[in-house]
Amino acid sequence: MKHPKHKKSPLTKSKNAAKTAALMGVLVAVAFVLSYVEMVLHFSVGIPGVKLGLCHIVTLFALYRIGPKAAIFTCFVRIGLNAWLFGNAMILAYSAAGAILSLAVMLLLYRLPLFSPVGVSLAGGISHNVGQILCAAIMMETAGLVWYLPILLVSGCLSGVLVGLISGWLLRRFEHRHIL
Amino acid sequence: MTAPNTDRKLKKNDIILLAVVLGVAAVLFVSIWLLAPKGEVAVVTVDGEEFGAYDLLKDQEILLPEGHKLVIENGEARMVYAPCRDQICVHHIPVSRKGETIVCLPYRVVVTVSSRYRRGFYEASEA
Ligand SMILES: [Zn+2]
Repeated sequence: MKHPKHKKSPLTKSKNAAKTAALMGVLVAVAFVLSYVEMVLHFSVGIPGVKLGLCHIVTLFALYRIGPKAAIFTCFVRIGLNAWLFGNAMILAYSAAGAILSLAVMLLLYRLPLFSPVGVSLAGGISHNVGQILCAAIMMETAGLVWYLPILLVSGCLSGVLVGLISGWLLRRFEHRHIL
Repeated sequence: MTAPNTDRKLKKNDIILLAVVLGVAAVLFVSIWLLAPKGEVAVVTVDGEEFGAYDLLKDQEILLPEGHKLVIENGEARMVYAPCRDQICVHHIPVSRKGETIVCLPYRVVVTVSSRYRRGFYEASEA
């Protein structure tokens, strides 16, 4: 993915836009692969919503590397992926609620000088899980799902920190480099 | 390109956030799980409507409308068969404590352990 040498010539605006579009294409492809990997690994602990959240790496990377719009775009692509992979209205609503809440929280914290990408990702992971379970509780008309909260908070932390560390590493690696 | 957050080093706030969330999880864990007494009935709801309540002290098999099969054995309830693709409900640990819940999201089936059952009125949330 990396070019060993690239010309230092100043890029025109349209060239930049094309590069950004191409990078987004790569990110969407990576999101596809990560979704698939996660579905194949599928370590089910019997708790709905406990996932590695590998796709969040793409969202976080897009947020810090390109900007909020790219993060929103890749996030919605992921929701589409979920719809395609699972094709169930309940699962779609459930994962969309988590993804949108987590995106909103991450965009907000990204603007504030309070957290590093790991902290932003952590907050994103937690809000993802809380959003999912709230949505499920409303759809299933049951408060019993509160029972899952302790596990979902811990799993959100683990997933958020893992995603934050991986994304941070990738961001540092591609800091002064063109990816395409 | 907006980059308000150029500093990518780990901050003290990150650690504080992590500690607070883990603390909240620990408090919830103790109050919802450890302090919960054994329940007496498994209440099944389908599509938000109550389908039935089953005595946990009586070993039995219950067939649910979408094809799910719930088994009650040794005071515990578990889902042994479900038509859903994710099979999360089937892998769920058996439930026996008050408030414990097995959920099948795709089919909107919820099994909650409750303490008491009186003429269509159950108290799953009663402390
Ligand atoms: Zn199920």
